[in-house]
Amino acid sequence: MHNGTGSLPFVQFKPIKNFTSPSSVSCIGLVGVLEVKPRPKPYAFIHSILGFSLFIYTSMNDMEHRKTNDGEGRRLDGEEEEEEEDEDEGNGRGLDAWERAYADERSWESLQEDESGLLRPIDNKTIYHAQYRRRIRSLYSSTTTARIQKGLIRYLYIVVDLSRAASEMDFKPSRMAVVAKHIEAFIREFFDQNPLSQIGLVTIKDGLAQCLTDLGGSPDSHVKALMGKLECSGDSSLQNALDLVHGYLNQIPSYGHREVLILYSALSTCDPGDIMETIQECKKSKIRCSVIGLSAEIFICRHLCQETGGSYSVALDESHFKELLLEHAPPPPAIAEFAIANLIKMGFPQRAAEGVISICSCHKEAKVGGGYTCPRCKARVCELPTECRICGLTLVSSPHLARSYHHLFPIPPFDEVSLSLLNNPHQRSSRACFGCQESLLIPGNKPTLCVACPKCKQHFCLDCDIYIHESLHNCPGCESFRHSKIVSVTEE
Amino acid sequence: MGRSAVMAPVPSKLYSDDVSLLVVLLDTNPFFWSTASLPFSKFLSHVLAFLNSILLINQLNQVVVIATGCNSCNFIFDSSSVPANPNLENGRMPALCSNLLQKLEEFVTGDEKLSKEVLAAGIGSSLLSGSLSMALCYIQRVFRTGPLHPQPRILCLQGSPDGPEQYVAVMNAIFSAQRSMVPIDSCVIGAQHSAFLQQASYITGGVYLKPQQLDGLFQYLSTVFATDLHSRRFLQLPKPAGVDFRASCFCHKNTIDMGYICSVCLSIFCKHHKKCSTCGSVFGQAQSDGNSATDRKRKTPET
Repeated sequence: MHNGTGSLPFVQFKPIKNFTSPSSVSCIGLVGVLEVKPRPKPYAFIHSILGFSLFIYTSMNDMEHRKTNDGEGRRLDGEEEEEEEDEDEGNGRGLDAWERAYADERSWESLQEDESGLLRPIDNKTIYHAQYRRRIRSLYSSTTTARIQKGLIRYLYIVVDLSRAASEMDFKPSRMAVVAKHIEAFIREFFDQNPLSQIGLVTIKDGLAQCLTDLGGSPDSHVKALMGKLECSGDSSLQNALDLVHGYLNQIPSYGHREVLILYSALSTCDPGDIMETIQECKKSKIRCSVIGLSAEIFICRHLCQETGGSYSVALDESHFKELLLEHAPPPPAIAEFAIANLIKMGFPQRAAEGVISICSCHKEAKVGGGYTCPRCKARVCELPTECRICGLTLVSSPHLARSYHHLFPIPPFDEVSLSLLNNPHQRSSRACFGCQESLLIPGNKPTLCVACPKCKQHFCLDCDIYIHESLHNCPGCESFRHSKIVSVTEE
Repeated sequence: MGRSAVMAPVPSKLYSDDVSLLVVLLDTNPFFWSTASLPFSKFLSHVLAFLNSILLINQLNQVVVIATGCNSCNFIFDSSSVPANPNLENGRMPALCSNLLQKLEEFVTGDEKLSKEVLAAGIGSSLLSGSLSMALCYIQRVFRTGPLHPQPRILCLQGSPDGPEQYVAVMNAIFSAQRSMVPIDSCVIGAQHSAFLQQASYITGGVYLKPQQLDGLFQYLSTVFATDLHSRRFLQLPKPAGVDFRASCFCHKNTIDMGYICSVCLSIFCKHHKKCSTCGSVFGQAQSDGNSATDRKRKTPET
């Protein structure tokens, strides 16, 4: 208990005699019966700054622990304005590693309990395999009964939302940059799986929709155009985009499947008219609209996708977005009434002999050898597939057609094998995966999960299963036995 | 060839970029070899010498041999597996050769047993699609072993003619190899060129060769196919003369310049038809459900 006056660098204490002096009122709660009086004027400024910054600092600490994504560095006192602005930037620069584990990485989520209640880290590999099997099962179960056609000749418009909402930083570095990066990968994958199809790009900015590139089959031109136009501002208008796409897609031939993929970041849409009418028109023109949202589920997008038969999904994070986007690369099951079957006239050009000099019709300059000659008008083109600029004939080569054949003849998903069968010595298949010869038993004689082809009954490990269904599209067992069907029947 | 047979990890500074994994697809079709100009035993001696030379070029090189039979395909040899009895030598050949030859003999007798009935004269083809698929699965396993792995490539030693029923499967394998960046080299021993292998080598960036003098096969193999992928950039290897990418029509099997494609199933026709013979779609009008499925593989009903 102080009797006289105590002093700190900026304040001095005096016992309170009366409670009327203004400077003592605010200090009562702090020090009880002592009056804390600031020293003469130069120090008063520092005193108030200290108090204010202490207040801000304690409240900032609370917000830090509530935030999950952004880390906030520990700033020096006196920089509270900068602290507030930097909240949104979200860099964990100033966090220590142990703090990042809680703030950014959520280390408690990578543990789980096993059956005896002990903690162990999550086995990512088995989860990945389980997810894959569920996905294959759901995909295949819808196509077993009827013979589902796939729309192999697709005309797809990708609508990129470049409104104000696309500059949000919840996807790092910004939604727009993440979307552009994954669109590039999607375009290449799309042309790989659908070589006869075409893509066009549309952007929404300032409430207007603009066509960035026309429908075309060359991936590089689309990617280049997109990367050059990455600025965002203004509102987003769904109706304008749909009207524009509708106008373009009405001009394509009737055998093509019309699709729109909208990558929507905004939470609202500013439309000049009735968007329900536009949706009905799209439905009448048989345009299949799908939406991938980046922020939250919106009713109008859900309604649009339901009416036109597309799919709506909302991305949780960057890798989920990539997954959702790449799901649109393989051809969707086609609704038979949507596209009229037709015979399309196509040309199969031969490669020109080396050393022949001719003027190519795409670059309008003389080139030596190495191109293709259109069989109808003999013009030279540089690469396939393309449309001849002179006579309009679609030019393809047989591998381009062959790329789509695996969609028509898919292999059935493999069945899981019960582990006890592997130890049966009378079983024809050995204990190694038929594809890669890797042993299906891990040391300790506990067999890992494996799968078997329903037709040839060969065993495969899970990694081969994924490779076979996603990339190879041939079952090595069925291809390696000429009489596999006969053999499997006699075994039954 | 189990998990314990994988080689011990190599310190990274010893691992240079010219280490290769060569998967050899050996054609053992008896219908072809009975009428070939080069006897199978002489062919095998060329190939064995070639495989030994590959293993000598770099101690980390790996060779895998898959036999392409008439009725089945199987792995014959893997140089990274521990041999069962390292002291087994029959006096004339070292252990690795005898191992390979023994397995090959078992495979050929097993393959012959699988010939069910007297086959039609048209079947002279071997199961190239099967051995390509097995090779690619094995290569994927090598990719999974981590960042240090040999550069894989596939060498097809093929003599039998192409089987048109394998077209789709072979093309699937080719595209998958192209995606994984695995070149497919081809050395055609038979009398005629192989369109499948020409396309395979062109699309995947491999080398296609039809040797003119089969007596000197070892020389062709060691000068053209022995180099690893890194060193190929510095060599002039045989270029594809003219790959024919034209398609054949489904009705007459003629090669055509211009044709009509069904927009539903992508079958190729040379003349305008009213109805597609593959998928049954009627052209020019809207579809109805329940089209007849003619060549669609029948699926087993799910229980």
